[in-house]
Amino acid sequence: MASRPEVQAPPEIFYNDVEARKYTSSSRIIEIQAKLSERALELLALPDDGVPRLLLDIGCGSGLSGETLSENGHTWIGLDISPSMLDIALEREAEGDLLLSDMGQGLGLRPGVIDGAISISAVQWLCNADKSSHEPRLRLKAFFGSLYKCLARGARAVFQVYPESIAQRELILGSAMRAGFAGGVVVDFPHSSKSRKEYLVLTCGPPSVSTAVPKGKGEDGESSSEDSSGDEDNQTVSISDRHRPKKKQKLNRRGKGREWVMRKKDQMRRKGNVVPPDTKYTARKRKARF
Amino acid sequence: MRLLTHNMLSSNIKGVTNGFPLGIVVEKVIEKPVEMNPDFLKNMFAKIEWKALVDASRSMGYAELPDQVDSSMLDSVEFLQRFHHALLELHLEEGALVCPETGRKFPVNKGIPNMLLHEDEV
Repeated sequence: MASRPEVQAPPEIFYNDVEARKYTSSSRIIEIQAKLSERALELLALPDDGVPRLLLDIGCGSGLSGETLSENGHTWIGLDISPSMLDIALEREAEGDLLLSDMGQGLGLRPGVIDGAISISAVQWLCNADKSSHEPRLRLKAFFGSLYKCLARGARAVFQVYPESIAQRELILGSAMRAGFAGGVVVDFPHSSKSRKEYLVLTCGPPSVSTAVPKGKGEDGESSSEDSSGDEDNQTVSISDRHRPKKKQKLNRRGKGREWVMRKKDQMRRKGNVVPPDTKYTARKRKARF
Repeated sequence: MRLLTHNMLSSNIKGVTNGFPLGIVVEKVIEKPVEMNPDFLKNMFAKIEWKALVDASRSMGYAELPDQVDSSMLDSVEFLQRFHHALLELHLEEGALVCPETGRKFPVNKGIPNMLLHEDEV
């Protein structure tokens, strides 16, 4: 298993020319980044009046997330610590302005001018101490403090993060709250290990109706009522069956049936996997042709 | 870097109380025409520090902006065009930004200002 980039090297060194190049050549990375930024923009909940806003893209990298912002008509300023990534952004002709800057040193922006901020997979880098002078707590404080200042009142900031552990998530969220933000974590596809994505949704200003944290996608609110007790009995039987020698297994059960297939497909959908649509052919038996 | 960004940036060196506006050392200016969006300009107008924008555009060699403005001028297309040109079409390609208090220079290369601080400035 590939280890997390955060533990390999500091961001300005990890994202060297080779690593940055991947962000133009890999269509998979591009697609994922576009999806994440689209969702982040959705969570940003900008007023739907067609007026372009001035947004901030923190850890903009090669400008992939910025592209989504441009497509939606917004003007953005991106900042990143890796010069190689910014070079790629120039190559891709990113429409926003780019800054070479370290978010842990605080954002040098005038108060109250930014209409919203997004950040895709960047904030967790702040939890690392890559130099002897780095103190994650202070860097997080500087970052969130300066962000709070430069956001307009009522503006939102959405960070997609990959926290390493619960403690790390608490550290990030705690720093945000201490800086004065209201909000919380939105988890998309919480049941899936691959599609699970966490978004920190923060609102600038005192708590109000608008600061309520939106619901994650694919969240299983209702308890699965389909699991009737009869089904459970069947399942236990089949599991105990599995340990018997092949010949002695009971063969009287006629397949799993449509109901079982539908339940499994539902489960996979909740996990965020790609599942073929349900049709009249779903779980139908094949004709005996031979 | 556009003047829009310049108008938002301030120096955040430790101990600096008023890091705005950053001075501009011009080596190369380029112009990239973009489509004008009056809604965006009207939205931004309230947030722009006008004097800083006028000074910055003059140092970049564009002297068409008036010294005094009020929001009623936003109805004039001619004014909007000038405002749009100064704010979004002028790019500082090479040069530097200068902190008004300490005189520290932030170099601008290929249109990207290097705002990284040294360890003793944080």
